[in-house]
Amino acid sequence: MKAIKNIGLLIFLVGLGIFALLPLTGTFTLSGESLQTVLKEQNIQSELFVTEMENNVVGKEFNGIGALSSKVTSALENTNAQHRKNKEYNKIMYTSPHDMAATFAKISGEGFIVSNKILMWFLTFGLAIIGALLFILPNVILLGKKGIKNDGIYHENATNKGWIAWLVFIFLVSFYLVLYFRPEYAVNWTYTLDPLSQWLSGNPAGHWFVYGFMYSTVMSVMAVRMYIKYRHNTYQMVRTTSVLFFQIVFAFLIPEIMVRLQMPYYDFKNIFPLDFDFFFQWNLRSLLNSGGIGLFILVWGIVLTLVVVPVMVYFFGKRWYCSWVCGCGGLAETLGDPYRQHSSKSLFSWKVERWLVHGVLVFVVGMTLMTLYSFFTQSGTVIGIKTQSVQSAYSFLIGAIFAGVIGTGFYPIFGNRVWCRFGCPLAAYLGFVQRFKSRFRITTNGGQCISCGNCSTYCEQGIDVRAYAQKGENIVRSSCVGCGVCSAVCPRGVLNLENGPLKGRINPTEVLLGNDVDLMELVNKKS
Amino acid sequence: MEHIVIIGNGIAGITAARHIRKLSDKKITVISAESDYFFARTALMYIYMGHMKFEHTQPYENWFWKKNRIDLINAFVTKVDSENKKLLLQDSQEIKFDKLIIATGSKPNMFGWPGQDLKGVQGLYSKQDLELLEVNAPNKDVCKRAVIVGGGLIGIEMAEMLRSRDIPVTFLVREESFWDIVLPQGESQMINEHILEHHIDLRLNTNLVKIIPDENGRTKAVTTDKGETIECNVVGLAAGVSPKVDFLKGAGITLGKGVKVNEFLETNIRDIYAIGDCAEQHQTIGNRRPVEAVWYTGRMMGEALAQTICGRRTPYNPGHWFNSAKFLDIEYQTYGWVFPEGSKKEYEEHFHWRHPTEKICITVAFHKDSKQLLGINTFGIRMRHEIVDRWLTEKRGIGYVMEYLKDANFDPEFYTRYEKTIVAHFNSTFGTNIITKKKSWKRIFSNA
Repeated sequence: MKAIKNIGLLIFLVGLGIFALLPLTGTFTLSGESLQTVLKEQNIQSELFVTEMENNVVGKEFNGIGALSSKVTSALENTNAQHRKNKEYNKIMYTSPHDMAATFAKISGEGFIVSNKILMWFLTFGLAIIGALLFILPNVILLGKKGIKNDGIYHENATNKGWIAWLVFIFLVSFYLVLYFRPEYAVNWTYTLDPLSQWLSGNPAGHWFVYGFMYSTVMSVMAVRMYIKYRHNTYQMVRTTSVLFFQIVFAFLIPEIMVRLQMPYYDFKNIFPLDFDFFFQWNLRSLLNSGGIGLFILVWGIVLTLVVVPVMVYFFGKRWYCSWVCGCGGLAETLGDPYRQHSSKSLFSWKVERWLVHGVLVFVVGMTLMTLYSFFTQSGTVIGIKTQSVQSAYSFLIGAIFAGVIGTGFYPIFGNRVWCRFGCPLAAYLGFVQRFKSRFRITTNGGQCISCGNCSTYCEQGIDVRAYAQKGENIVRSSCVGCGVCSAVCPRGVLNLENGPLKGRINPTEVLLGNDVDLMELVNKKS
Repeated sequence: MEHIVIIGNGIAGITAARHIRKLSDKKITVISAESDYFFARTALMYIYMGHMKFEHTQPYENWFWKKNRIDLINAFVTKVDSENKKLLLQDSQEIKFDKLIIATGSKPNMFGWPGQDLKGVQGLYSKQDLELLEVNAPNKDVCKRAVIVGGGLIGIEMAEMLRSRDIPVTFLVREESFWDIVLPQGESQMINEHILEHHIDLRLNTNLVKIIPDENGRTKAVTTDKGETIECNVVGLAAGVSPKVDFLKGAGITLGKGVKVNEFLETNIRDIYAIGDCAEQHQTIGNRRPVEAVWYTGRMMGEALAQTICGRRTPYNPGHWFNSAKFLDIEYQTYGWVFPEGSKKEYEEHFHWRHPTEKICITVAFHKDSKQLLGINTFGIRMRHEIVDRWLTEKRGIGYVMEYLKDANFDPEFYTRYEKTIVAHFNSTFGTNIITKKKSWKRIFSNA
């Protein structure tokens, strides 16, 4: 069994290695024809840009994406600067230089990778999947009898912030940086997924398709790990299945199929304010121009935020979304599960958390109000502040850096719910409802807590669960995503996730159950 | 300002300190030689197993004590001078007190086995014991086999710990079946099976005779009363614990097994109290033993004594007995009294149900004649403390308990519920015709 695990790990690392090296290889030659295609698709009016591309790029063979990318980005930046100087605003290209580079790279790739897409898929994704499964499946036997098995988590380098954890950290952060800021380097990855993308939506794969596919794959493989680890716990099994279903069907397949049917790309479970650009002008325009389905999406999006969220949170707590539906939560619960113990439980973190997460909520609401004002009044500024620049700041700081690079990249160091805990504006909104008007709570079972600390250690949201449990109090906290792991790891059966009546949900206790002092006398004496 | 000194920073001492602080402004000093800060002793096993680090077992952050003006001293108390109301510490420092709380806890039992002081022989109670185990049994190469003596909670925990590092374990249990002085036969039998499932070499009905040293004074093997010699590098002594009160000899405080206290947790000397594992009641309370070495009772004594110290003399008045444990993968909860066959009262009748394939079972004890509920043991099913406690207080009959069993279930959502099967089994055993009622929040919270 151990041998199978090791072979699996080796195969996985080979696949991952090839995947990691792909961005650095490949040959690219841009033909005149391809240039014309892109000019037409992107509606580029600048002759200057065309001339510069024809002189420096067309017909030349580039080895590795870096050389091609620098030519394209500088061509774009130089010509834009020139046009700005000449006040030829209609000729300025608003596409980001790196997106432009990615577009040209995609059309000019040639050689082994481009002509062996399916083989390349197998050598990267294929090997990684097979390897990972070989590594994970033997646990059915190795973990022994079913039950909670956290043995060795703090002895293993990978799960105790050792060098493996740091390597994973570097890999994840780099991956997100490429994805968000240097998409041209992802172009070789996109080739491996072209066949699938063509089949689904009829279009070649872009780097976001790579991300979507990878996301779904990683979740599926790590869900297998969850199924094995928590096979004694039906709640975890059901929850994992749910979150996997919503990722694969709602976040990955349906949007692609909608594109194939000439409808807007849309993830029906993505809720404002997590879906922060829902009210952005381009999105509203695109929805309003898509006829009935666009209108439906618009109404659906608003109903989700204003009606579905409060109603569902009232009945089930915010867990119905955060750990049953949400994609960010889904990744955290599968890929992030081995790191859940790293979330800080200090009082200091809690203070930071409350300021930060509510700050982001205020930010997103403010931005959206500005956006809507701009949309209806057709003015680009609100009290002197450019709506566009606030949107860009949010997209960059929160959308890319916080949600992506830090949110996922920092799993191995800060735990798996950094984004959900400190950044997600939707979590903050759901949390308000959960704290004040919800039937959900984590019930503490009388006086049975032994303060061992398993619950707090494994709480991914950094809640000091034990602090409540040892007082015999129910846990009513806005940050709780209802993952149920505190209940699973408790060796005394003290904690349970319940949707009980609202009354009696918050129950401060003076003396715990089991000690028969006269409570009335105590209370009277106090007052 | 009155100075309260507490010896011992376990659950009893710390609960007392916290509640005294809640109720008053007195000066509080806690002395412990074991650790700087309070930690949950019950979680020591999880540190060895790698579930947690030591700091995770500390329920309060380190700044908590200063903020709450609870002074902590890391020192060993060598002598109590009850006449002059002062303590002598190992470094000859003296500490004066106005009121003293002794909460020193337990130490592992040693029954004078030959070789019990050899290197590699140890118990598991304190933080130091855990550190020693890390030295004695860091992995299966250093420790090729361990022998554990004593079939109780600590013994099975030690076995689980060592197995988590793949160390072969032989488990010597004096009784005919695991922990059968506490568990009824069906339950004890199930745990026997589960121990074997975990590849622990369980030897029932077997006593340790002696521990054999090698040339370096380390343990090499043990011999049993079955005439066997078992080679091993570590011997875990887990034959119970007894109060740690040796340092009190000659202080004028009445000692039995532990520090003798009355129902107010007062010793024979004014202003000196004892709580937790080290306290011994003059009069037993109900079916409880005079020395209760249990986490929960330590906590409850701390709560009660804090009231007394803060001017409201309160007896230690524990309600219905409850306890819980985990045997490898099986959670165990008990409420009220379910006695094993050996000590069962003649009026006590049991209803036992066991799952045909899973390691799940329940035993309900009730009065033969009045049918009144006496206690419930569950394995692999979580029970709601409030509900069972209420049934015991209300002296409910077994029929009522069966009817409303669903109210008491505390298992996580989507778990298979067994109440129907259990009640069907009850009906067929006792010829009754009870139909289970649906779980009702209204009933569950009727006291809230």
